[in-house]
Order: sequence, then structure tokens, then C-alpha cells
Amino acid sequence: MSQTNTASNGTPSSQDSITEVKPLIEVRNLKKHFPIRRGVLQRQVGAVQAVDGVSFNIIKGETLGLVGESGCGKSTTGRTILQLLSPTDGDVYLNGHSLTEMGRSELRKQRRRMQMIFQDPYSSLNPRMTVGNIIGEPLLIHNIGNAASRRERVQELLKLVGLNPYFINRYPHEFSGGQRQRIGVARALATNPSFIVADEPISALDVSIQAQVVNLLDDLKSELELTYLFIAHDLSMVRYISDRVAVMYLGRIVELSERDEVYDHPLHPYTQALLSAIPIPDPFKEEKRQRIILEGDVPSPANPPTGCRFHPRCGYATDVCRVEDPEFRNLGTENKPHMAACHHAEKFV
Amino acid sequence: MTHLLEVRNLETRFFTEEGIVHAVNGITYTLNEGESLGIVGESGSGKSVGVLSVMGLIPNPPGRVTAGEVIYGGRDLLKLTPSEMRRVRGHEIAMVFQDPMTSLNPVLTIGRQMTEAMELHLSIDHETAMKRAAELLSMVGLPNAADRLNDYPHQFSGGQRQRVGIAMALSCNPSILIADEPTTALDVTIQAQIVDLVKRLKEKIGMAVIWITHDLGVVASLVEKVAVMYSGFIVETAPVHELYQNTSHPYTLGLLESLPKVDAKTKQRLIPIQGLPPDLLKEPRHCPFAPRCRYAVDQCWEENPSLKPVAPEHYSACWRWENARQDARQRMMTIGEVA
Repeated sequence: MSQTNTASNGTPSSQDSITEVKPLIEVRNLKKHFPIRRGVLQRQVGAVQAVDGVSFNIIKGETLGLVGESGCGKSTTGRTILQLLSPTDGDVYLNGHSLTEMGRSELRKQRRRMQMIFQDPYSSLNPRMTVGNIIGEPLLIHNIGNAASRRERVQELLKLVGLNPYFINRYPHEFSGGQRQRIGVARALATNPSFIVADEPISALDVSIQAQVVNLLDDLKSELELTYLFIAHDLSMVRYISDRVAVMYLGRIVELSERDEVYDHPLHPYTQALLSAIPIPDPFKEEKRQRIILEGDVPSPANPPTGCRFHPRCGYATDVCRVEDPEFRNLGTENKPHMAACHHAEKFV
Repeated sequence: MTHLLEVRNLETRFFTEEGIVHAVNGITYTLNEGESLGIVGESGSGKSVGVLSVMGLIPNPPGRVTAGEVIYGGRDLLKLTPSEMRRVRGHEIAMVFQDPMTSLNPVLTIGRQMTEAMELHLSIDHETAMKRAAELLSMVGLPNAADRLNDYPHQFSGGQRQRVGIAMALSCNPSILIADEPTTALDVTIQAQIVDLVKRLKEKIGMAVIWITHDLGVVASLVEKVAVMYSGFIVETAPVHELYQNTSHPYTLGLLESLPKVDAKTKQRLIPIQGLPPDLLKEPRHCPFAPRCRYAVDQCWEENPSLKPVAPEHYSACWRWENARQDARQRMMTIGEVA
């Protein structure tokens, strides 16, 4: 598990660096394993290693994009950071305070400062609650204000996300997908959080609506000084919205650097394949492209391959990849770290 | 020249309690032998209903094809009896569905499902059909194909199930393969596998392909011509290079502008299409895109434009297509500088 011991994590704030930017979120060797139980006695026979030792920082005011294919553990990472799932191992710090060691009441207080936007705007809003109650619920839970001030705040939030405050008494079914996602955003903003995990916030929306919601998130970020963990599988959107990008594969982060570094000079063969698989809406460019077509499917996280987890699908794999877990190391400079977990990453520098 | 498939003024309505849903409003297109056509649109644009109408798969009630013709092999498919249509469907025109998780029967083995159509259409015995099924599975790139015929759908991954779906569609050597968002439910690396597979199969077998998608990116790499649908109308159709180079409809331009460019060096703010998707319960009298269109003038609210030629083989249904094209060209030039 050489990867898990690496403290340095691809942010300018890592220990040796001169710049003193304190990270808002620090994730240290985070693990989330889901037990597999079988038989009458429900004995544990194995574990789905959904997140298996990830470490990174998120600096105040930045957007960290987390990309990967379904089942790679990106959503579980987001939920575990917010303590919606309790981690199997590792630690998460918010402003230097460990969330994993915190008592329940203290954690509850901290939850005001970190919120989540969910993927599906249809199932994440209670159909029997009015928009006002949905957006106002976090205020009620955290005992903020009185009925009148809460109502005022909800109207303010509706305006903020580009909806008519007049909609306060309507129900979710009266809104389109894009509008519902705006309601979800307003709910996340209700308690004035500083950190937001956006878990595939646009993937359920139509193309013409996606840009509306992405622009909204971008505007809110600068207006309210928010920090995002933006989880998505759409690599073009992630490039658009993120400052730094982390690529996940089978519960591990395999590459992490500044956005343009990752997209223009990918150092991990998986990132390279992922980028080459994105269809470009331009037939002229498509004709000139060489695609890397990955063989096979993503292996099961309940039984990940030995050594480098990507080796069965990797065109560069050698003997060392089959045996030894590659270290997550810096191949960039100290000021501009470019982290990758590949034995052969030098080849691509 | 006779076309392999000719769809003329196809119109499909759903008669619901809330009113009449104008799902497809008179679409016309042709498909030649071995040609590939991409139908692009968002949810509710009528892209799926359009091809389901061609296949005679619109549930009635509430839906009905209310007008139009679908000419295939000298016959109007809409006039065929159900049993005549069954001989065409799955045999001469086959379909691959969007969701590989639900389009296979979970309680039947893959072999049983694959041979069903072959035994019916090709009148071959079960053993021969099983042999052919194994061949087809290895052709679509499934390892140990013969052994896997006895497996059930849940034993396959999403990408593998879509391969099974494609193998099944190809089993009777169709002359047209209709793929309804076959990669939407799949990851991007698996999508690349499937797109690559269909491209190779198309060249090998020489069938025509209709590929339905919301993704202008997938279409760019795969098809020869494109029809863009909005609110049940085809609003623009052209050969693929022409469509991207000389975009001549504000909606197509809007779709392209709202996509971020993965190869862009600088961050240019996305330009979303304003407003909401159209309400299909209303009968379209004006241009359906007018409420969201930045080029709209009075004429757009008075009269719904029909498809008119704007270049060879390039048609646009817009009163102000010249303005849209001008901006599209401008956009292409700025992208060229950036890239």
C-alpha cells in the first residue's frame, strides 16, 4: 500500500511548499469498504473496496474535479468526506478539525458548513413537500431563524439560483429537470456552507440545460466564495469547471494535477484512454484522432487485480505492474505537482 | 434513385388525459443502402418516437401514427398487417435499445433470447441457431462466446449486454440497424468500444444504420448525415461535415455552444440555450424554437418555417438561418484560433 503512505498530494500547499495556503478540506488515506455477507450467520466473506486509500487537499475557493467511470468510488468518496458514510479508515479534516473523531453534536454543527448537491433532481426532492419547505428544511434542522426569517431566506435563495420567489408554494412535479436541480442547489446553499460536494449535478439533464446549471454553479462559486468537489464522468464539463482534476480508478486516485496538466499531458495510461474516448463534437477533428480503445470492463472492486489495479487493461503493463502496487508520486515540479500512480509514468513526461 | 428507406411526413400523436401530445410533427428523411444517419435531439424531441413509429412499436392506445408514409422495399410499412410487420421487424429492420439493463429478459438465457428471432425469421433449427448465436457473440467481441450462451443477462456487464443486444439485432442480417441511444447508459470507455464495434460491423456487413443520440460528439465520429430534431420537427439536416461547418439553425448552434470543449486551452463561458424545453401538449403554430431563440423576429411567431435548402443536401427550418450561419462561422473561426 505504498500509495496510502504518501502524504504529499498534489496541492501547492503540501508540506514542503513555501506558499501557506491552508486547505479547507484534507483527506488522508480515506477508505470505505462495504462488507459482503453470506450465509445464515451473515458472516463477512469479503469487502467491496469502494474507496481504498485516497488522499488529497482542497484549497479554499478552488474546484476539485473528481472523474472516473461508474463504480470507481467517486460518489462514495464524496459521501464519505461529508460523513454521510462513516469511513472504514483514514481521516477527513475540515479547516484542520478532524471530522471522523468529532462527536455527533459537534459534527452536526459542522454539517452546516458542508453540503451536497445530488445527481438526480427527480428523486432527491421530496414530492410531497413544497419548494419552500424543501429549501427551508436545512434551516429548520439547524435551528436557524424563525418562520418569517426562514421564509425570507428561502425567497432570497430562489432568486439567487434564478427561480421566481413566487414559486415558494409549488411542488417539485411542477418544475422541469433543470429547475429542480436549481432547487437542489438552493437547498444546499441554505445554511451558507463553505464547501459543497456536487455529485454528478448535471448528468441527468439535457444538453441545453446542462450549461445553464454549470454557469449557475460557476457564478455562485465566485459570488459566495464556495469550494467545490465536483464529481462527474463527463470529462469535458470537468475540464470546464475545475481548477484541479483527480482521476479515479477502482477506489484509487491514479492521477491528480492542475486541470490543463491532466488534460494536455496525462501521465497515467488510464487517463490517456479516458481522454481519448471522449467524443469531440467536430467531425474534422474526429477523423484525425487516434483512439485508445480499452479492452474489457472495469474489474470488480470486491476482488481488485494485484499490483497496479489497471494492469489487466493497460497496453503498457509489464511484469512489475502485475506484482507491485505503484506509488502515487509527483512527476511534476514542487510548485506545480503532477501526481500519478504508474510504474511507467516517466515514459509520458 | 430509389432509397432503402423513405419516411414521408410522419406524424405521431399520443392521446392522453391531459390532451394530445404532439410527439412527431411530420418528419421526412431518407436512408440509402449502407448509409448511416444520426438523429440528434434532447429528451422529448421525438427522436425515439420517430423510429418506434417506423418500427410499428408505438403502444396504441394511447399513441397512434396519424399521418405519413414509411416506404421500405416498395411497400408502406404503416399499411402492413401486424403479422406482415412482424416479418420485417427484427429481420429486415432491427433495433438496439437504450438500456441494456432492461431490454433483455432476465429469466431467459442469452442463447434462448438470441435464437428466438432466428428460428422465427430464418426457419432454421435450434442447433443451427445456437451455432450462429455463438458466432455472432464472438463477432461482437464477447470472449468464450459458446459457453456464455447458457448465461443469464445478470451475469453480463452493461457493455457486454449491449454487445449481446447488437449481436441479437444482427442475427437475421438486417439491412437497417436502428440504434436508440445505445451508449447513453454506458461509461465513456465502454461507449468508445461500442461505437468502434458498430463502425466496423457496418463496414463488414454493409447495413444502413440509424443512430439516435443526444450527443453531438458521438454523431461526429460515426455517421455520414445528421438530422437534428426539436419538439417533434426535424429542424436541420445535412451531411455531417457540412452540419458542423455551416451550422444553419439556431438550435443546432445553441447545442454546439452549450458544450464545453475538452481541447480548449482557455475557459470560454458556456452559452446555454435559455428557457425551458417545449410543451408538447400545445399544437405548434409558430416556430417551436422561437421562445428560446435569440434570433426570433415577428415572423417566427406567426409562421412555422418548413425545411428549406440552404446548401446542397443541407436543409434548415428557420426564417433567419443566414444570421445563425453567420454566427456559426464566426464561432468556427474563433475555435480554430484557440485550438
